[in-house]
Amino acid sequence: MNDPVDVLIIGAGASGAAVAWSLADTKMHILCLDQGGWMNPAEYPSTGRDWEAKFYGDWSTSPNVRRRPEDYPINDDNSPIKVVNFNGVGGSTVMYTAHWPRLHPSDFRVKTLDGVADDWPIDYDTLVPFFEENDRMMGVSGLSGDPLSPLTRPPMPPQPLGLSGPIVAKAMNRLGWHWWPSDTTVATMDYEGRARCINLGHCTPACAQGAKASTDITYWPHAIRAGVELKTHCRVREILTNEHGMASGVVYYDKDGVEQFQPAEVVIIACNGVGTPRLLLNSVSGKFPNGLANSSGLVGKNLMFHPYAQIYGFVNEPTDSNRAPPTCLWSKEFYDTDPSRGFVRGYGIQFGRGAGPVFEAVASEQKGILPWGADHHRVFRKLNGHRIAVSAICEDLPEERNRVTLDPILKDDHGIPAPRIDYTISENSRKMMEHGLARGREILEAAGASDICINNPIPWGGWHLLGTARMGTDPARSVVNEWGRSHDVKNLFIVDGSVFVTSGGVNPTSTIQAIALYVADQMKQRLANLFD
Amino acid sequence: MSDFNELTLTQRNDLRTVAAMIIPASDEYRVPGADDPTIQADMLKTLGRDTALVRHALDQLARLAGMPLAELDDAEREAVAKEFRGGGGAAAATLVRVVLQCYYRDDRVLRSLGLELRAPFPKGHVLPEGDWSLLDPVKARGGGLRRAR
Repeated sequence: MNDPVDVLIIGAGASGAAVAWSLADTKMHILCLDQGGWMNPAEYPSTGRDWEAKFYGDWSTSPNVRRRPEDYPINDDNSPIKVVNFNGVGGSTVMYTAHWPRLHPSDFRVKTLDGVADDWPIDYDTLVPFFEENDRMMGVSGLSGDPLSPLTRPPMPPQPLGLSGPIVAKAMNRLGWHWWPSDTTVATMDYEGRARCINLGHCTPACAQGAKASTDITYWPHAIRAGVELKTHCRVREILTNEHGMASGVVYYDKDGVEQFQPAEVVIIACNGVGTPRLLLNSVSGKFPNGLANSSGLVGKNLMFHPYAQIYGFVNEPTDSNRAPPTCLWSKEFYDTDPSRGFVRGYGIQFGRGAGPVFEAVASEQKGILPWGADHHRVFRKLNGHRIAVSAICEDLPEERNRVTLDPILKDDHGIPAPRIDYTISENSRKMMEHGLARGREILEAAGASDICINNPIPWGGWHLLGTARMGTDPARSVVNEWGRSHDVKNLFIVDGSVFVTSGGVNPTSTIQAIALYVADQMKQRLANLFD
Repeated sequence: MSDFNELTLTQRNDLRTVAAMIIPASDEYRVPGADDPTIQADMLKTLGRDTALVRHALDQLARLAGMPLAELDDAEREAVAKEFRGGGGAAAATLVRVVLQCYYRDDRVLRSLGLELRAPFPKGHVLPEGDWSLLDPVKARGGGLRRAR
């Protein structure tokens, strides 16, 4: 048996890294287990001529395609939106677009304002100091003063508008609609040991320059210097409990596949909105026959994805293609509820700068706008390097029918039951997506785009895994309390996107990490009576 | 180790034939077709995890053609291709993607497109800063966040 630790964190991604770093100043013995390993930037796709092809294989966003040893399979056949993620130190921050909006203050009061879903048990103001601390740690670029977004103070200037930005900006100005340079975690100047962005191209499949913030190069070096221990290639199978109903530690498989028990005084789960309910549902015992921390029956339920409605077209002017980070502008024009639209809540808009030649050829052939035969060359030259894209990131409301359960057949390489996703896009979301596509078409037309195509939803767009262990004050209606502690197991905490009550209409990583820092701060303030 | 042996000679011939149907050579753009030997060799060498689906797609093509694709006349080949594209599913999509991803990284093709023959790292690219005065109308319109209470 391993020596007991004070705090055991499961998962070294966005939230696990943040909570580890924050708790390090307690000088407790903190151990983090991650099923993946450290990444080697020299092997990232942009270091090779075949960088685009890798996106369809070893560097696919889908774990079911990628199938690295660190990945676990996910049965998402019964979902129009497929789960995408990355497993390893840094988690999905290794493989994300680095778009960095925050949830709005109104997102925490959905029930009060619009009569749907539930209010959060915390508010935006509570998280502000943690948003700011996180922005400093991750290193954010952007432009302060956006009239329709929460006030931020990015320490670095925004990305250049490039070629694509002005095309979109002029179209939005013609329509009189809001746009603003996105906050991103792409360093636009040298920052805390990270080199500035040199526009390697699409940032999603990891940044060889290290300009994009992923927690393996932001939080983890600081946390490890402060004494946190991180063990890689350790896949946790289940959390065990003792006779008092407290978590006693975890069973995991080490890098050699040997089963181990790691005792701990406190267990923190940071495995994302799919991995966390999977682990809890796999942690069955006599006292917890329906899975750990699941007296509410809500573990795995209320899965929210953010359905993306994407529309794109091709302009005469050259765009940035693969020569820039993929997103540089956002719009909050349609973010808030307007009853005249026929749906509640709203969506943010992300603008895409373009695509590389392989991606363009593959996507356009699939859409039927790039022909086979003699005309292929002429059409490809018209399309390649001329794409602009508009994506509506729609607020998904919690519904219990959308859920993560354990697949009765599918297992990972260690024989651990894999997650199964059952998800349907709601009628409210459908209306929102149609609205977003109609507005997107207006934007593209204002930009002079042609050959317009739609992805509704983006099928491989399940980046944002939220709501499956929601926070709340009522143990019958939530899994964790307002500071992340399980209602049922007093030394068990959850800090990832599972705890979201509602999803907002923006990328969630900034808010996920702010919550992780907030939970860590609450734990530190309550150390003397943490389990009361 | 070479993966050449993973496709039969007939399958390799059909791969070459269908690749030329997708992207024929062009004198106008001074580019080879996707049946070019160098590009074909790249496909066979890098099939990797796509091998099974590509083989499946080629078998589908052979079934639809009833004989080696190359032995059909143009009209018959077009008809087979149309049916293949319409009903080939994931296997057909994979085969087409393999052809496209190898074609659009060939030096001669990239040169014809005016693209540099290099990996993105370490040189990167330079972006124009753009005209930030475009933001003036947005600033002038202003606005505010929805109240949370």
